[in-house]
Amino acid sequence: MLENRRFVIIGFFALIGLTYLLRLFYLQVLDDSYSIESSSNSIKRVTEIPFRGQIYDRTGKLIVYNTPVYDLLVTPYKARVDDTLRFCQVLGIERSDFDSLMAAASAYSRVKPSLFLRQLSKEDFASIQDIMVDYSGFEFAKSSLRTYTAPTLANTLGYVSEITKTQLEKQEEPYYRQSDYIGQSGIEKIYENELRGKRGTKFVMQNVSGVYKGPWKGGELDTMAVAGENLYSGIDLEVQQYADSLMMNKVGSVVAIEPKTGQIISMVSAPTYDPNILASRYFSKNYAALARNPYKPLFNRPVMASYRPGSTFKLIQALIGLQEGVITPGSGFTHANCPVGCHNHPATGTVALGVMHSCNPYFYNVFRRIIYKNNIKNTFKASAVGLDNWHDQISKFGIGQRLGIDLPSEYKGNLPNKKYYDRFYGEYRWKFSNIYSLSIGEGELLITPLKMANVAAIIANRGYFYTPHVIHGIGDKKKVNPEYLVRHETGVEPHNFEPVIEGMIGAVEGGTARRSRVEGITIAGKTGTSQNKRGDDHSIFIAFAPVEDPKIAIAVFVENAGAGGSAAAPIANLIIEKYLTRKVTNKALEERMMKSDLMSKVILPGQKKPLPADTTKKKPVTETKPSAARP
Amino acid sequence: MSETKPITKNVDWVVVLIYIACLMIGWINIYAAVYNPEVNTSMFDFNNNAGKQLMWIGTAALLIICILVIDYKFYETFSFIIYAVVIFFLVMVLFAGSNINGSRSWIKFGPVSLQPAEFSKLAISLAISKYLSDPAISLTRKLKDYYPIMGIIAVPALLILLSNETGSMLVFASFAIVLYREGMPGFIPAIGIVMAALLIITLLFIKWYIAAAIIVIAGLVIWLMPVMTRRRGGLWATILIAVVMIGIVFGVDFFMNNVLQKHQRGRIMVLLDPDSDPRGIGWNVIQSKIAIGSGGFTGKGFLQGTQTKFDFVPEQSTDFIFCTVGEEHGFIGSGVVVVLFIALISRLVVLAERQRSRFARVYGYCVAGIIFFHFMVNIGMTIGLMPVIGIPLPFFSYGGSSLWSFSILLFIFLKIDAQRPFTLSRG
Repeated sequence: MLENRRFVIIGFFALIGLTYLLRLFYLQVLDDSYSIESSSNSIKRVTEIPFRGQIYDRTGKLIVYNTPVYDLLVTPYKARVDDTLRFCQVLGIERSDFDSLMAAASAYSRVKPSLFLRQLSKEDFASIQDIMVDYSGFEFAKSSLRTYTAPTLANTLGYVSEITKTQLEKQEEPYYRQSDYIGQSGIEKIYENELRGKRGTKFVMQNVSGVYKGPWKGGELDTMAVAGENLYSGIDLEVQQYADSLMMNKVGSVVAIEPKTGQIISMVSAPTYDPNILASRYFSKNYAALARNPYKPLFNRPVMASYRPGSTFKLIQALIGLQEGVITPGSGFTHANCPVGCHNHPATGTVALGVMHSCNPYFYNVFRRIIYKNNIKNTFKASAVGLDNWHDQISKFGIGQRLGIDLPSEYKGNLPNKKYYDRFYGEYRWKFSNIYSLSIGEGELLITPLKMANVAAIIANRGYFYTPHVIHGIGDKKKVNPEYLVRHETGVEPHNFEPVIEGMIGAVEGGTARRSRVEGITIAGKTGTSQNKRGDDHSIFIAFAPVEDPKIAIAVFVENAGAGGSAAAPIANLIIEKYLTRKVTNKALEERMMKSDLMSKVILPGQKKPLPADTTKKKPVTETKPSAARP
Repeated sequence: MSETKPITKNVDWVVVLIYIACLMIGWINIYAAVYNPEVNTSMFDFNNNAGKQLMWIGTAALLIICILVIDYKFYETFSFIIYAVVIFFLVMVLFAGSNINGSRSWIKFGPVSLQPAEFSKLAISLAISKYLSDPAISLTRKLKDYYPIMGIIAVPALLILLSNETGSMLVFASFAIVLYREGMPGFIPAIGIVMAALLIITLLFIKWYIAAAIIVIAGLVIWLMPVMTRRRGGLWATILIAVVMIGIVFGVDFFMNNVLQKHQRGRIMVLLDPDSDPRGIGWNVIQSKIAIGSGGFTGKGFLQGTQTKFDFVPEQSTDFIFCTVGEEHGFIGSGVVVVLFIALISRLVVLAERQRSRFARVYGYCVAGIIFFHFMVNIGMTIGLMPVIGIPLPFFSYGGSSLWSFSILLFIFLKIDAQRPFTLSRG
């Protein structure tokens, strides 16, 4: 009985199969509305490129938007240019340019339109539109160009350019096609998928000579282009530009973070360039000039450059020491029996005073205690165990690893552990005396400005941080990347931060950074002087303010500018004041910092002395040529 | 039983040949789907899906050899253990799954990511077959014999639902086929089909008209009914059925608006009216129909498809692979694929019916049912006859988990079938 059910089952299978065959026959053979190919002579598929998403700053100001531009296309067989001279004058091109552009267009196709001049501005378009009526065979096509409100943030935002051949070949799902634009660095690269939107297609009818005759089938099969998603950043454009002006003629970085959220308020990579020059039709010329520039303006220093943290690292040493219980807030050390030198300063009887006067022997002793933990029976073994324990604690501050900021090519830096020294010396063949320079942030430590700003944020928060990020909202719903909502703990208890912060306030009020204190704002800061093989020390300063309710944490690095208090600290404190009060009281300091040219002290890799002054002052090509020759 | 006989002895070559044909056609079309004329994509480049699929096919061949080497009794003996292992992985994926494309249903083994949900079909098939191999179990008479089956299906179904893979869960509906063959009363699948039909009709027409139509039809049935039947409760039964159906019609509305998630509702609405959301979900359906429809009778030719190139059809190498077939090989190509599937499934039913053990027969029907369901839903969605449910086309779609699980599913049956001459009948 039940065996007979097999016929019902096979019958059901066959029924579905037959239905599908009939449906396919209908779709593919009977219904010709889908067979675009058969009418391809008159139907043309036009791809609609969506607008890229825009980027906003924390106050709602636009940072990046799109400007409509016009490409001039030519169809060679229809082109009639009677007075070439006037034509060239109108477009602002040379006669030879005209000939080569025409030749290139003809070589591509006599009957299809091809690119003649790209990215004419709206103004240029308006002024030459009327004149172009006199010349047949030319038409304009609308396209768009990335435009930047202010000439800043070049490396953070990145740039957009035509997709390269390698990128075309390497894409996993074939989305891009030749001559498509793609984000190449910075935010434009990281958020490419969100920014690019969705391409649309339109089917339009045209006659034999390619004249538009309306949508095909009333647009039934068209799909609309969907604009890319807007991005919301924590950047404060006003402060960003102010920081830029302070970093003029210097090499270095500024990173400012909002401690409570991890949002980046400002990020300067100096020297920088105007991002608009890479969004113009002179991209290749300008890009080549930037790439050749010996100061490497395309190198995003805040996340890619690495330095020894110098004395700023003493803050972390103090915190670990307190947390480990190897020192108390009242521990004091003198200069006696210490291999590291120091300057002349009052006695350092407490942690706060040690931080305030940045006493080298003080932190030599702190580090020694962290490593040995009073266990000096076998100094080799104790060093190995102590260093790995120290390494783990420091790692929690985000040092020696990528923080995970939304920018490409973040550099890990270097935080040595036992393995690292074993490679140089062999296992248990090294001890504290080989590694003590770590105690004051020298030696094998390497750190990026971003990470140091994050350390400032950790101290401001008394123990935790959120991964620093530029973009905190995607799309109209301001979707947040969940990774940026995770609170990372350092394991150092809040009360252990107090003596360190007290020392930092002291450093600004009466210590190493006293010359740049700001009236009315309590700033906690720490200077650093990073030794390096080339030229003068790098000037470093990290700080946060106001101490009572921290709103900004900052790190400033100025290359070859000497002590931390001389360049980095004034710049940082001016930025803090600008961000918190929107004005600056110490105008004399402001002017001095803006004018000081520290670039002339920078010695580049492979050089023995600084470069002569004007190697980098060549002006980029920006203005569109036709405007120069407008009739 | 000699020790030296080749492992391929008695294997059903019809099924094997169809299997190989499907793999080859699938692979060629994956290549066509990822092919980019501007860079001259290579078929053997492991960076693209075509190259990777070749690797999956190679590893599937190794798996098949393993299956054929293992003693056929293994699968019956260990069926519940295999089931338990798969359940374990389904639980694990909830806690330790890697997130790929918004779905936390993948487990990473070194460089390979696998989807345990794909293997749940195999596990359920084996478990149900094992359970039904007990001759005392009867689906015709005893309702309590259904409970273990429901349990066997419900546990993985719930786990899969928790990991947000509704598509894979719907495949379990295919077990209705095997249960029907083993004695489930015919009205149960009939009710299922009527419910689905009612659902669609409700969405298409105004609710009150349908209610009126049901009342009219019920009236006609009662009027035409022999007097005897009417007296013996036929009257009340018909009225009850009519009331239930009207209830369903109004219930569907509630169901659509309150129970289904927004994207699921969208997928059903788009099936009925693709233009209701041409930029969102409707995009897939419209683009896929354009691609298939533009193929014509003979197709545009290998690598000549313009719709499936670039991104006009989404997920073209996985769930929408049939579009490539339809566009580049036309009605002939897509017809061949449909016929191949129907042939494969029918052959599996024939093989299942000649088994002597109930375990083998039930398992054979499970395999046929699962492949059929995938075929029906996947191709149905590309030609606009089914809602968009993301399940792969067996042996065609790109993807290691799916290819492996279908190959294992199929070849375990072929192995059992090959041993049929040596099996004793057990009812």
